[in-house]
Amino acid sequence: MENQILTTENLFAHYGDIDTIKNVNVSFPKNSITAIMGPSGCGKTTFLRCLNRMHELTPNAGSRGKIILHDEDLNKLEPIEVRRKIGMVFQRPNPFPTMTIYDNVIAGYKLNGIRKKRIEFDHIVEDSLKKAGLWEEVKNNLHKKGSFLSGGQQQRLCIARALAVNPEIILMDEPTSALDPIATKIIEELIVELKNTVTVIMVTHNLAQAGRVSDYTAFFYLGDLLEFGQTEKVFTNPKNEITEKFLTGKIG
Amino acid sequence: MELTLSNNNKITISSNSIKYSDNWKLGENIFNSVLTGSGIMIIMIVIGIFLTLILSSLPSIKQFGINFVTGTTWDPVFERFGALPFIAGTLITSFLALLISIPFSIAISILLGEYFKRGIFSGFIKSMTELLAGVPSVIFGFWGIFFLVPIVREFEKILGITAYGIGIFSSSIILAIMIIPFSASVGREVIELVPSDIKEAAYAMGATRYEVIKKIVLPYAKSGIFAGIILSLGRALGETMAVTMLIGNFNKMPTSIFAPANTMASVIANEFSESTFELYTSSLIEIGVLLFIVSTVINLIGKWVIKRMVVR
Repeated sequence: MENQILTTENLFAHYGDIDTIKNVNVSFPKNSITAIMGPSGCGKTTFLRCLNRMHELTPNAGSRGKIILHDEDLNKLEPIEVRRKIGMVFQRPNPFPTMTIYDNVIAGYKLNGIRKKRIEFDHIVEDSLKKAGLWEEVKNNLHKKGSFLSGGQQQRLCIARALAVNPEIILMDEPTSALDPIATKIIEELIVELKNTVTVIMVTHNLAQAGRVSDYTAFFYLGDLLEFGQTEKVFTNPKNEITEKFLTGKIG
Repeated sequence: MELTLSNNNKITISSNSIKYSDNWKLGENIFNSVLTGSGIMIIMIVIGIFLTLILSSLPSIKQFGINFVTGTTWDPVFERFGALPFIAGTLITSFLALLISIPFSIAISILLGEYFKRGIFSGFIKSMTELLAGVPSVIFGFWGIFFLVPIVREFEKILGITAYGIGIFSSSIILAIMIIPFSASVGREVIELVPSDIKEAAYAMGATRYEVIKKIVLPYAKSGIFAGIILSLGRALGETMAVTMLIGNFNKMPTSIFAPANTMASVIANEFSESTFELYTSSLIEIGVLLFIVSTVINLIGKWVIKRMVVR
């Protein structure tokens, strides 16, 4: 196998008394894109939110088991440290409305009270916006609030914001489901490019998108990980019957 | 025959439907005019109050002119009336009260709006705050005299200044307690309205709860919080009973925040029954006009600031 960056061992997640993720063991290869798929309510988003320990912010929710980044068990770190290593992009673009575009990009530093010289921040902003493919569109409006941006631009701003703190992994929760087809296409191309810098784990409802973008596919059903493998193999020759039914549109 | 019958029928039906639509129109018209009438009535009442106040204060306006606002002597015996001590008293007590109340009301807003949105604890605090808003002000005044004033007096002894107990400081503390529920409840509502997806974004970037509140929630909610503070300032400016009982009713310019003083509302309440001649009454009414203007101006400034702070 390739170089693994993130591994879960016996990962369970629960809401109240109900386990919504059951005993998931999976390894994500470095600098790859993994699509997490499955019918609604199968625990895709819950699984994703366990990985940066956002799940436990929900009242009565929690997880147990190991999540290993390199050699460290993330469940033993402070959640705050975990989230600095593993960034997240949400379903709806959510730039901070009170901040300028510039401040949004460096929000990770500002929120955590990390001070840097102006010139370093300038550099981080330019670099992150370039990686997110937004630099050309906003470079003259860096100090305006981001509210005039389109949905797709806002989402790329959120990606730049996640990239700015140099995370190793970026989690994306249906990052294009609130966007139009053209914006979706731009974001998809961007995700493929991001592979050079980070590892991407994304939840998607869109089979075609998973096919276009991802290297690996994980298929969840009722909280179980039924199948994980190279996207091509999972799509053309699924081992599991339920995966096949999902891929052919019989369930979902 | 049949035809006639059917004709009759038709006529009956159509006349019925006309009747029905007439009723409907009538109801609509009555409803509309009640609504419009109420609106016009409010305008008339406000204008009416203002006009009658102005008219009744004409003698004092004619007599003193601008000196009424700048004059510092209030002496009914020699018929000299200057309202500056009361304007100063009102503004000082209100803003001091605001200053004391702001940390508490913001803390309560955050506690109820972000930390404990639901549950027994939050329900208990919420109903206690509402209860506090419902306590009659005479009870606040009474409690102030018997409980707060002795404490303030001890405090003043420690500071080594004349230990009146009553005065601006005691009044401001009572006012602060009285206005906390107003700014806190508005603050709680606007903090609850902060979209959860931007809070999630901040948490996902490794922000702690305190950092999320300080850098995301408060900046987003600041215009609403400010609106609540202005609302409570409006209450403080006009509060009469509790202040009258605690301020000392001393009609000279206040010399320190611990000194006895008087406010516009208090002097009206205190001296109205003793105003034996027209100029005296008219001077008190002019103070009323000034109070009216001060509250309005502060409200307008508040609205203007809120407009500029709103997150778009």
